[in-house]
Amino acid sequence: MARSTAGQTGIAGRIDAANREALRRMLAADPVLVDVVPAHSVMPALAERTILHAGPPIGWERMCGPMRGAVAGIAVFEGWAKDLDEAEALARDGAFTFDANHHHDAVGPMTGMTTRSQMVMVVENRAFGNSTYCTINEGLGKVMRFGGNDPEVLTRLRWLKDVLGPALGRALRDCGGVPLKNLVARGLTMGDEMHQRNVACSGLFLRAIAPALARTSDDRGRLAEALAFIAANDQFFLNIAMALGKAIMDPVRNIDGSSVVTAMSRNGTDFGIRVSGCGDEWFTAPVEQPRGLYFPGYDEADANPDMGDSTIVETIGLGGFAMAASPAVAGFVGAGSAADAALFTREMSEITLVENPEWTIPALDYQGVPSGIDIRLVADSGITPIINTGIAHRLAGVGQVGAGIVNAPLGCFTLAVRAFAGRLGVSR
Amino acid sequence: MSAVVNLVRKGFYLDSVGLMRMSREIAALDGVEDAALMMGTPANREIMANAGVLAAEGAAASSGDLVLAVRAEDEATARLVLTKAQALLDQPRRGGTTSAAWRPKTVRAAQRAVPSLDLALISVPGEYAASEARKALMRGLDVMIFSDNVPIEQEVELKLLARELGRLVMGPDCGTAIIGGVPLAFANRVPRGSIGIVGASGTGTQEVSCIIAREGGGISHAIGTGGRDLKESVGGITTLRAIDLLDEDPATETVVLVSKPPAAGVVRIIRERIARSGKRFVVCFLGLGEIDLPANAQAAPTLRDAAFLALGKPVAGKGPDDRCRPAGTGRRVEGLFAGGTLCAEAQTIFLRAGLEVSSNVPVPGASAMPAAGHRLVDLGDDEYTRGKPHPMIDPGVRDQPFEAALRNPANAVVLLDVVLGHGGHADPAGAIVAVLERHAGARPAVIASVTGTRDDPQDLRGQVAKLEAAGVDVRPSNADAAETALGRLDHG
Repeated sequence: MARSTAGQTGIAGRIDAANREALRRMLAADPVLVDVVPAHSVMPALAERTILHAGPPIGWERMCGPMRGAVAGIAVFEGWAKDLDEAEALARDGAFTFDANHHHDAVGPMTGMTTRSQMVMVVENRAFGNSTYCTINEGLGKVMRFGGNDPEVLTRLRWLKDVLGPALGRALRDCGGVPLKNLVARGLTMGDEMHQRNVACSGLFLRAIAPALARTSDDRGRLAEALAFIAANDQFFLNIAMALGKAIMDPVRNIDGSSVVTAMSRNGTDFGIRVSGCGDEWFTAPVEQPRGLYFPGYDEADANPDMGDSTIVETIGLGGFAMAASPAVAGFVGAGSAADAALFTREMSEITLVENPEWTIPALDYQGVPSGIDIRLVADSGITPIINTGIAHRLAGVGQVGAGIVNAPLGCFTLAVRAFAGRLGVSR
Repeated sequence: MSAVVNLVRKGFYLDSVGLMRMSREIAALDGVEDAALMMGTPANREIMANAGVLAAEGAAASSGDLVLAVRAEDEATARLVLTKAQALLDQPRRGGTTSAAWRPKTVRAAQRAVPSLDLALISVPGEYAASEARKALMRGLDVMIFSDNVPIEQEVELKLLARELGRLVMGPDCGTAIIGGVPLAFANRVPRGSIGIVGASGTGTQEVSCIIAREGGGISHAIGTGGRDLKESVGGITTLRAIDLLDEDPATETVVLVSKPPAAGVVRIIRERIARSGKRFVVCFLGLGEIDLPANAQAAPTLRDAAFLALGKPVAGKGPDDRCRPAGTGRRVEGLFAGGTLCAEAQTIFLRAGLEVSSNVPVPGASAMPAAGHRLVDLGDDEYTRGKPHPMIDPGVRDQPFEAALRNPANAVVLLDVVLGHGGHADPAGAIVAVLERHAGARPAVIASVTGTRDDPQDLRGQVAKLEAAGVDVRPSNADAAETALGRLDHG
């Protein structure tokens, strides 16, 4: 039968052109881990008593348990309170200024605490000249990102600040930085999806940085500590992947007419997304409860709802979107078999615009990870982004209790589509 | 008093996800209070200590060792459970047996997976159908909308959009199409050939295409339009588009139009379009009296006649024979149809014979039920199918009215249709036979036709043989069956 080319309305054509530009910027990104520095030296907003947190903006009153626990812990760490009780009282009295990491070129896992004297890793997107920041991963077990705040947690934070951070900074400056795009590509072929599983990338990173660490160290004991810490932490690379995600997506923000999601993030209470064509507005909906597996002694009743800026990795096509690269992670989904992992990735291609030709998955015949979430495709299909995540205890101070998967709530996407349509002058 | 027992497997590595899943299985066993299978890293040993499952053996494990830790109601249970955990660890892993094949959930994903796709069949609740159809059209696809309950304004909007884009919209409520030899929704396996069909009615298209197939002909394309296309408000947009497509198609020599009577204004437009074509047309507007057609078109009063005229053959039925049982004392024909257009065709045959006929879906000249005279019922109409399957999908819908018709002493003949093909029930004749077998005593004659081809998924010959064995007079077409019923009345 005869065919002619489909016509396009003016607005659809405009959105397509804007999205093409968004994807061009995403795929052209060249993220490099270049330095580790004190947060206040690169983030001018980090005055005394200012605390950046994960997710869309939230005040103390609406913060979940682990977020409050982390706030109290970081206040003690910074010396703003002598103990946790005093810190909580100060927080209640409004003594702290809270803001979202995302508003300051930063991201943080789970509770995502970022304050002035912590060391932050610097990822520079060399194709666009922007830099982003993320704290150093603390390891597993009782850690601040999951709401832990006891002396052990604070002691580790001090060691990161005084020993590991400066050592990594020296090493990175010495070797000229570690390019990340290629490292992620190799990690994907080695079973990482960069959210729940970072074993390969953490190892690859250690391999890349070890010579420079050795070269720039004058204390063998401290060098050994640094190497051992990275080597023992399978999730070390997560925070690097997050800063990388933010570095890739920030140049995609504020493209007039683009329906591409530039950030997904949660604060344990709200799930928020930002859309390129909608400026820096957050579209939020209540976060959902992860479905997952729990450490011995814990179950669903202990779990805090979904939390953290780490969903920036799903925003760039990794994490749940790259599940096919990481069959073991698919096991978190109740009865899901390893062979089902590919289904998650293929489903995410229903709501994304392209496959990233540089980040490919061997098990899918080297299909690229699905990238560029289009809010229209989500709202239209009802298919929401799948997220791989750790699970924090709902109470302050306990820490991680499990890991699993969770979906982004549809509500923020439908809100975003309405606002997006409004900006384009489209009415129902 | 609960007991904590640990077991350490030196140098045994398993991925933590696998271990967590096993931990859950073990913890769920009878008598177990808590359990953990974890690599013996310092962090994990601390978690196990906090959970109260770590014993001395586990506490002494190193990072490369696997710790199996259980706290149970007593030591015997704990040891038994650890044995089971060991077995679980050592059993071979099954391959990807639970893996499901990926299926696209959106038109966009389907098209990306198979770029050569050119038609979308839409079968979703009516309120969403127009939106999905619009998306498919915008993606460059032709569309068949199986869904019903689509507002007519949306139908017009879609069809205008399709016309602008040079695309085809079949439907809404389009039950039958055969495009390029591929049967869509309710359709039969018909050989390819030189006759194109444009059908506003599903069973009408099925009947015409099956008779053509039986008589040695074939179909180029059968294009459905949806039942409302020839209404004034739609103006025959799809019918005209379908005629254009078949006109351009070198494989099509003859075009058959099948519909209930169109609006007068639309008849004029169609007539003008036919006059501009170089191809031969057969027009079957069931129930419309005389119609003035251009020289390249012939009118067919029935679906059967349309098929024979399209083939260029004289109309041939299979005359009445004497296999019918005595018609009893009744004087009436009661028809129970699964196919709406087959019901309409039978009505026109009764009306042409000068008989009074009533129906729940009357053609012009017939009365609305209930009324005196012969009664021909469309069991696929909304009043019978609301909240229930269509009788072509579930022939059991006809059981109860069929039983009543057999018992009704006013009936001389019960007239039935059996529609085969894709989408239909696997054994519609079986349902009829079962009712007949349950019936005791005298009954009216039962006359039926079977719409189908020998290549259909149901066994055409088997269906006919089954009906004949049960004493049903099976006729080669619905028109023949209706005429045979009339013949019974004459002889009775």
